[in-house]
Amino acid sequence: MKTLSFLLKKEFLQVFRNKLIGRLLVALPLFQLTVIPWAATFDQRNIPLSIVDNDNSSYSRKLADKITSSGFFKLMDYTPSHEKALNTLENGKSRLILDIPADFEKNLVNGNSPKLMLSIDAVNGQEAGLGLSYISQIINMFGAEIVSSNEHAVLVDVSPSYRFNPEMDYHNYMVPGIIVLLVSIIGGMLSALNIVSEKEIGTIEQINVTPVSKVTFILGKLIPFWVIGIILLSFGMLVARIVYGIAPAGNILSIYAFGFLYLLAFTGLGLMISNFAQTQQQAMFVILFFLIIFILISGLFTPVSSMPDWAQKLTLFNPIRYYVEVMRLVYLKGSSFTDILPLIYKMLVFVTVLNTLAVWSYRKTNG
Amino acid sequence: MKQFFSFFKKEVYHITRDKLTLSIMLSLPMVLLLVLGYAISTDIKNVPFVVLDQAKSTLSLQLVEKLSQNKYFELAGYLHSSSEIESHFQKGDTKLALVIPSSFNSDMLLSEAAIQVIVDASNPNEASTIANYAQLMIQQYMQTQARGQAPLAPIRTEVKMLYNPQMESTYNMVPGIIGLLMILICALMTSVSVVREKEMGTMEILLSSPLRPTTIIIAKALPYLIVGLIDNVLVIALAHFVLGVPIAGNLFLVFFLAFLFTFCALALGLLISTITDTQRSAMIASGAGLMLPTMLMSGIIFPISSMPDILQWISCINPARWFVAAIRDVMIRGVGLVEIWEELLILLGMTVFLIALSIRKFKNRL
Repeated sequence: MKTLSFLLKKEFLQVFRNKLIGRLLVALPLFQLTVIPWAATFDQRNIPLSIVDNDNSSYSRKLADKITSSGFFKLMDYTPSHEKALNTLENGKSRLILDIPADFEKNLVNGNSPKLMLSIDAVNGQEAGLGLSYISQIINMFGAEIVSSNEHAVLVDVSPSYRFNPEMDYHNYMVPGIIVLLVSIIGGMLSALNIVSEKEIGTIEQINVTPVSKVTFILGKLIPFWVIGIILLSFGMLVARIVYGIAPAGNILSIYAFGFLYLLAFTGLGLMISNFAQTQQQAMFVILFFLIIFILISGLFTPVSSMPDWAQKLTLFNPIRYYVEVMRLVYLKGSSFTDILPLIYKMLVFVTVLNTLAVWSYRKTNG
Repeated sequence: MKQFFSFFKKEVYHITRDKLTLSIMLSLPMVLLLVLGYAISTDIKNVPFVVLDQAKSTLSLQLVEKLSQNKYFELAGYLHSSSEIESHFQKGDTKLALVIPSSFNSDMLLSEAAIQVIVDASNPNEASTIANYAQLMIQQYMQTQARGQAPLAPIRTEVKMLYNPQMESTYNMVPGIIGLLMILICALMTSVSVVREKEMGTMEILLSSPLRPTTIIIAKALPYLIVGLIDNVLVIALAHFVLGVPIAGNLFLVFFLAFLFTFCALALGLLISTITDTQRSAMIASGAGLMLPTMLMSGIIFPISSMPDILQWISCINPARWFVAAIRDVMIRGVGLVEIWEELLILLGMTVFLIALSIRKFKNRL
């Protein structure tokens, strides 16, 4: 026990000896957490569009007006020339072209159902789909207002109600998620670089000749990074509360309970990588590899259900996925501790496996 | 010149001697692109939904069946009471709940039917897409049921999807992922190069030689440029031949753009290397500092036009933003040099600036 306390003291001293790291640990999360959530939205505003008006009637202008005043679109061209609009699209300066045909007003008033032509840049399929959906709604509403239909179309009223996030505020969702990412990135990188740097400097030899057991050694490295992780997590949640006014709908202790286990698992992963790597650069590349994959298939940005089956199975091994789930369940849905219990069990498995591997992969002898 | 070449040769030896790191540097981008290219998709598929069918009529059963046959939705279960809805949402095993009232059939005859659609909005984007799809599908089905044919709408709209008719999300994602991988890997490659010499102690020897900072910096960048080029070729080939991303534009332009971006990322790494003291801080600064901003603020996943204006300005600092915009234009829209001159110029400017700054910051004394 006494050896452990000495090792811990040494680790803490070493981490904070480097002033730059200390500053980075505060500045990076602060900056990224305050700036990034504002960027992370799929809400489409100001979608650039061009309108080619071949009719130039009061109705066609009204339609154009309606579209541009909706707030969803930004008018880039209003021109009778399709060439010009196409040029703007090809330059990437607009995403949609709406072609209004020459007899638009006449056909509309006579009930002859004029045909509008929409050319959509579908490189970003999702943007295209949403853009199409917005503009279709506007067009349909416009049509319904103008033409009083005697033909009573059977419309089923299907207005959706949004649970857990009635204002559809993206921040409620992204901010807790980004906290998880920051904690994972910093915790993962610090722990992955740790043992390897000792190997490179040579101080690992000095520890290896002491009677310190493998378990004590790994514990001595695990705990400081675990503590740093908890501090980062709390810091992140504080920033979320102060800057965004976001607080968990559920019990904050559930987050901490899961967080304790999660950090143990992730730090264990980092230490294991550190044991296998020979240079810091190698360790960095490997942890980067894991982080990029884990983050992008965590379900935070793209839904897990949209992934192919083999990828969905892969996400079962992704600790970030579980933590994002927990954050979402507790922050937004107010889930109770019992609701996240299955996730806690899964995390326990991660903790045991990863840390056992970390201890096992640490070799006190060379060769 | 001779100095430059001998230094360059030394750097090359350093890289080739460490075979493990070299193989990681060459294989990492490919493996990542392969996994991410196939796994990430923004398309909505197999969304689990539950139904509380209080009507239990042929019509309501048919509606549910129609929805579950669709590739967007997957029936997760029938509920027996409205209190179950909440618990299913809490557990997270469903994202959409339909409530069909008992008066559904009679409502339909009066053209006044209403179905309650409850969506889990904890992921707002997914929620609005799911709601849109659900609405669209239910309404379409109901129209055909009621009339036997779709009624004439006041205005018809014909839609043409350009460049990506199947709306493959890979076309959009893969170029972005390439940008993300290249900037992270290249920055990491060079961010240790100068700093390692400081840590190992070989910096002293270097400084006591007549080599000028310009020579050192450029000779350090060049070997990694070659590695980066090989990476680019492998990655673009993978994207095209395996993942099916088209190369609609000039292939030479694609590589030129990638080459310029690689150089820019390497220069960024070098700058970080000259201003940090330990390898650890250099790598954390480049890794942790670049990862999230590049992922989330460069138009790779979230469109830049959706960001608030200030952030659009901030995103301009990241070279990845320019690269991703340009590479998408060239690869998928097939534009030429004329359309992307802006991005090329900016990337060139950034590279020159970063290299110049690195040379300036390179301390000639310990």
